[in-house]
Amino acid sequence: MRRILSVLLENEPGALSRVVGLFSQRGYNIESLNVAPTDDHSLSRLTLTTTGDDLKIEQINKQLNKLIDVVKVVDLTEGAHVERDLLLVKVRAVGQQRDEVKRTTDIFRGQIIDVGPATYVIQLTGPTEKLDSFVAALGEAEIMEVVRSGVAGMARGEKVLAP
Amino acid sequence: MEQLSGGEMIVRALEDEGVEYVFGYPGGAALHIYDAIFKLDAVPHILVRHEQAATHAADGYARATGKPGVVLVTSGPGATNAITGIATAYMDSIPMVVLSGQVQTHLIGEDAFQETDMVGVSRPIVKHSFMVKRTEDIPSIIKKAFYIATTGRPGPVVIDIPKDLTHPEHKFDYHYPESVSLRSYQPSSKGHTGQIRKAARLLLSAKRPIIYAGGGVIQGEGCDLLTTLAQKLNYPVTNTLMGLGAYPGSDRQFLGMLGMHGFYEANMAMHHSDVILAVGARFDDRVTNTVGKFCPGAKIIHIDVDPASIAKIVPVDVPIVGPVQTVLTELLTQIDAQLQGSDREMPEPAALAQWWQQIESWREAHGLWHGRRYGDSELAMPQDVIKCLYEVTEGDAYVTSDVGQHQMFAAQYYKFDKPRRWINSGGLGTMGFGLPAAMGIKLALPDAEVACVTGEGSIQMNIQELSTCAQYGTPIKIVSLRNNYLGMVKQWQDMQYEGRYSESHYAASLPDFVKLAESFGHVGIKVEKRDDLEAAMREAFALKDRLVFLDVFVEPHEHVYPMHVAPSGAMKDMWLSKTERT
Repeated sequence: MRRILSVLLENEPGALSRVVGLFSQRGYNIESLNVAPTDDHSLSRLTLTTTGDDLKIEQINKQLNKLIDVVKVVDLTEGAHVERDLLLVKVRAVGQQRDEVKRTTDIFRGQIIDVGPATYVIQLTGPTEKLDSFVAALGEAEIMEVVRSGVAGMARGEKVLAP
Repeated sequence: MEQLSGGEMIVRALEDEGVEYVFGYPGGAALHIYDAIFKLDAVPHILVRHEQAATHAADGYARATGKPGVVLVTSGPGATNAITGIATAYMDSIPMVVLSGQVQTHLIGEDAFQETDMVGVSRPIVKHSFMVKRTEDIPSIIKKAFYIATTGRPGPVVIDIPKDLTHPEHKFDYHYPESVSLRSYQPSSKGHTGQIRKAARLLLSAKRPIIYAGGGVIQGEGCDLLTTLAQKLNYPVTNTLMGLGAYPGSDRQFLGMLGMHGFYEANMAMHHSDVILAVGARFDDRVTNTVGKFCPGAKIIHIDVDPASIAKIVPVDVPIVGPVQTVLTELLTQIDAQLQGSDREMPEPAALAQWWQQIESWREAHGLWHGRRYGDSELAMPQDVIKCLYEVTEGDAYVTSDVGQHQMFAAQYYKFDKPRRWINSGGLGTMGFGLPAAMGIKLALPDAEVACVTGEGSIQMNIQELSTCAQYGTPIKIVSLRNNYLGMVKQWQDMQYEGRYSESHYAASLPDFVKLAESFGHVGIKVEKRDDLEAAMREAFALKDRLVFLDVFVEPHEHVYPMHVAPSGAMKDMWLSKTERT
């Protein structure tokens, strides 16, 4: 089962490598990883998606908590949450495809943020499945390049992840 | 306020931390620190012959005393040579602080001479590591390192220190912090009361209970409490390889070690138990055999200070996270309360008596010496040597070992009555551990008898430390079981590879260990007949002030039994001799 783990990490050199190293060392899978500083400069917030049964996720959670640089870990998928992934995709946009791609982008409420003589760069945000569907819906358009930020997320309502 | 250079800060901080010995080896990036060691003359330094030995010596020191071991090495090869010893300490949760020199800050990342990314290389085998960025941070980083290494589940901590930050002319205010607090590291200080109550209830309701105690009981100083608990309830106890000595080895309630080479009665009792109290043990694969077949009828209570150890391998019915001392204290109180509050006798006396009867019948049927017989030769059996060591030292020595058959024989035949006496590399299984570890122990406890049980394979992995022992006068006794083979490798080749001894035989290449020992100024004694064994052993231990190397020729084809039937066997499935199995 897919899980989204949110981790508060000390903003120390090498802290990220400890998290990433833990996953490879213990044979856990990382599907996506997103990391950036927060409003508190002493902390980074890291969101990672992984898969596993309850036992495995429990072990991942415990092993993450053992890392000295990890301040807190939550499994967002345990409760109601919002998640967003950012997609940039560069497509070949010529002839009929130029209009077709534009229409599909509008349907998905994406934005064309760069227009070249024969290319578009399209930006789309949303949960992972929405981005997957969009890429699938591009159909015959030639996809030249894709980049995604990886999932970022937080719990709905009053719940916060704070040190 | 006192003004000190980075190098001086390190030495002063170690002094303020109460460090008795630093085990190390100098080199370019560590030279400022070594100059401070010379000038301040505040912490004794032991110059080893190889950095791996420095870590094992510090490790042995830590295991025997309970205090953290301290290591100082230079950058590059100094640091990488220390890696095996750090991994050894990590696998067995031993408190250790390793200071490594690093190239100057401005050279980092440029593939400078003797540069290695020590923080990166050691990352998977440390509890934590620090790279020093500013000289002023040295005291607080050292304080944090000792705090992290010694609290919670202990482990090694690395501090990597670029050479420019230890420069003698750059001086800063020195203040060693009294205490330290880290928001991201708060080890558990107490178990959950509700869970402990549940554990007490389950324990008292058991009909076929067993206590399975590991190295965590020793590390957590919980041996007396564990013994009190076991004896109050009259429950049988088994110890892991790391836990030997946590419960008195010569006591009637002790079933011996469990696991791959565990005692028949211990493995049988585990398999047939209905309640297991696991304390400071981690259900290692060398204990459980096939996990899916592990103790099918047992409910499990698991006490451990590390939450990640619980339910990692085997599902647990009553998990309790906390230090073994506070949890066992509370468990004893709960048991007393439940015994007083009950109108019937607990645990049920008839059931427990029947259980003990069953255990005794296992004990009689397949004792350790099952099926052992001498061949035509006059050689000693390896088991004889350990038995003899046990008798000559009256069971009171600190015994280190290397890894292989000799290690298992020592674990089986030396009955450890006290904790911290059995010192071996259980988790990583590091050959070359025994001699330097024994050296560290003898330095810490000069009046104690320290024996290193080894083989002619393992001893050669760190034999250069005979020179260190000569320099510092550490009169340990080395008991080397020579069979001219890598014994454990040979045993597996006998059992699983139809006796094809691929690269496990030394042919005629072994040195004369007696002359070798003598060349370092030590005493060597060769024992070629079992009839000479006891006299030689007594002679060795009578030479109080000398290191003695006992080169004992043993029966080369002897195997360690019992041995779990693997793969796919359960706890109860064992080879009892070359031809018999359960």
